[in-house]
Amino acid sequence: MKHSSFFWFVLPSALLMLIFIAFPIVSVVTQSLYQEHEQVIIEVENCGPFGCTKAEAVDLEATQALRDAQPLGQWAGLDIYKDRNHLAFAEVGEAWASSVSMRDFAGSLMNLPFYDAIAFTLTYTAIVTPLTIIFGFLIAIGVNAVARAMRGPTIFLSLLPMIVTPIVGALVLFWMVDARGVLGTALQWLADDPGLSVKASTPLMWIMLMVYGIWSSAPFAFIVYYAGLQTVNTDTLEAAMIDGATRWQRIRYVVIPHLVPLTTFIALIQLMDNFRVFEPIVSFSAQAHARSLSFAIFNDLGGETRLLSSAAATSVLTIIGVAILLSPVLVRTWRDFGKAR
Amino acid sequence: MKIWKTTMLGTAVAALAATGALACEADGRVSIIGNEFPAIQTVAANAGACAGIEFTSNLTADHQTLNVAGMTGNPAEYTTAIVANSSIVALINEDVIQPLDALVAAYGQDIPAQQLITVDGKIMAVAFMANAQHLVYRADVLEQVGLDIPTSYEEVLAAAEAIRAAGIMENPVGGAYAAGWNLAQEFTNMYIGTGGEFFTPGTAEVSINNAQGVEALEMMKALTAYMNPDYLTHDSNATSAEWEAGNVALMNMWGSRTGVLMDDEGSAPEVYENTMVSGPLMVGDSGTPATTLWWDGWTVAKNISDEDAAATFQAMAAGVSPAILNEQTMSEAVWLMEGYQPEAVNEGVLASVAAGSTPYPMRPFQGLLHTALGDNIADFLQGNESAEQTLADIEAAYTAAATEKGFLQ
Repeated sequence: MKHSSFFWFVLPSALLMLIFIAFPIVSVVTQSLYQEHEQVIIEVENCGPFGCTKAEAVDLEATQALRDAQPLGQWAGLDIYKDRNHLAFAEVGEAWASSVSMRDFAGSLMNLPFYDAIAFTLTYTAIVTPLTIIFGFLIAIGVNAVARAMRGPTIFLSLLPMIVTPIVGALVLFWMVDARGVLGTALQWLADDPGLSVKASTPLMWIMLMVYGIWSSAPFAFIVYYAGLQTVNTDTLEAAMIDGATRWQRIRYVVIPHLVPLTTFIALIQLMDNFRVFEPIVSFSAQAHARSLSFAIFNDLGGETRLLSSAAATSVLTIIGVAILLSPVLVRTWRDFGKAR
Repeated sequence: MKIWKTTMLGTAVAALAATGALACEADGRVSIIGNEFPAIQTVAANAGACAGIEFTSNLTADHQTLNVAGMTGNPAEYTTAIVANSSIVALINEDVIQPLDALVAAYGQDIPAQQLITVDGKIMAVAFMANAQHLVYRADVLEQVGLDIPTSYEEVLAAAEAIRAAGIMENPVGGAYAAGWNLAQEFTNMYIGTGGEFFTPGTAEVSINNAQGVEALEMMKALTAYMNPDYLTHDSNATSAEWEAGNVALMNMWGSRTGVLMDDEGSAPEVYENTMVSGPLMVGDSGTPATTLWWDGWTVAKNISDEDAAATFQAMAAGVSPAILNEQTMSEAVWLMEGYQPEAVNEGVLASVAAGSTPYPMRPFQGLLHTALGDNIADFLQGNESAEQTLADIEAAYTAAATEKGFLQ
């Protein structure tokens, strides 16, 4: 392709990426470096149906003057990143100095909201991503082995978890694991403990969220692998069969190597998605047991008093986290393409 | 076109006749944002019946995340927000609502003084209903164990133990203890009940890490021992469902929700016939009820034309006029209008007002503390850390947030 044709071809999408991806990121980074103006507090009397009370209020005129002078807010630099609700350098240093053991230090670290959120986010990503890939692969192999007439219905059923709206799927599971739900009661019976409750236990809640994560994203891995399986070279497979290769050996030495590039692709997408885990926490009302970085952003934005700078700082940290997570896969892809040239 | 107009007029007249609203006529745009529960739906419907206005409404549980954004533009998307004493603060802080003194003088002479909410001498909202959390109990269960109606949380614990010991219910106590807003509200009630102060007077410096804070947390934890083990996921809706299922005999619940518990829908006769309300509960010996008083009221946006502001004021004033009270709407809330006749379901809120309960504080930084409370209390209730550590965490989380918002330097 000529360079000029290529330029005109990609221009629209490049422009859209600039407007919808690059500019918002610039704006979020800027926001995270500023904090709100000093609020001028005055004492006022509030009256209503329950009588009058003295209370503090913001002096709007004085605060407005400050706002007009500096429309972006006060320059905070990295203060927001360093405060207790984010990287908490001072608190971590103090915990390091005062801890008697690593266990003690880890305990203090988990008490800080950001580290608590990142611990869950990373555990979730580390467990859900490989299991999604493994289950997706197994389902694809299974469906590929089913008789042709049965494939349509089997594929539809296997895709169902992805077709169901995430929030609905999560709610169905949420009610089933209730202490009075079908699965909840079954678990109590199995464990022989009438007081057992998934929603009351942090470890069980984590397992629940991860099971949901795998259940809802395995179909994605499945459909990609299934498409890949249709392109496996039948000549090679037949040759392997004539050489006396077992089914497992054919999968191990022919199918898996063929599907490696797809695995890279699925891993990339799943790492990004899982690092931003959010909706299961909301639909399982799991915030008492598990918080993720995305949930922290939602929480900052959802309160009566919105914390925009705080949410922006967490967003930037999430972007950095995704970049770090993806770097090994990206480097690998870069090298592979470099080789091909 | 003429037929269409006649039909519209006919509908409007029919609506007026049905609701019995005062004749209201105005010219301009009226757009409401507010929470969704029966009382607010009634107010919005009556405001919308006003002749000559261009009317829209958005009643949603997410109103708090929409109202500031929807009133910031010029002209504002919403000409009025229905708020409560906690949520009006964000609108005042962002300077998106206007003082109503001139509009009250022009169109609101009939509004009783007790409905006017003034901040620093300026009328900022018109309240139309009161709400509070108070005791809801099962008369038959208390009778079975031979106990009087509890008036304090200490008595609730004793009654819960008796009910469990008698084998009537395993988890007889209910409560909206879902982590987040609900849990923070329960702490706020309990802490006020212990006589605690949230802030160093006159400043934005939080001061809850004290004996009262520990006492409030300890009482909350003692109560959870008698709750469904899933309590950290139970908001007001889920708690109401537990009640209707007949699993709970005692709980601290919103007055605006007792109507649902006492009607004959969703539960067995033995549950709804024996569901009774009582006043607010005490904790410890401070003499202050462990609950907060709330009002719901409406405001007028700042960034709108004078014409729209006048139309909005007139429509909303009609929407909360005594004429909207009828057999059906009377039990929906504790209305503040003249002519309101309390029903049995409303007695808990009235008892809370009569007991001298504390209104939910209208401080610009109370919402930040509420969020910090909701994020941290679950750690203590689950037994992961001490009460002092939890209170210290809450203070630290609040301080970081208040510094970012410019309340602390």
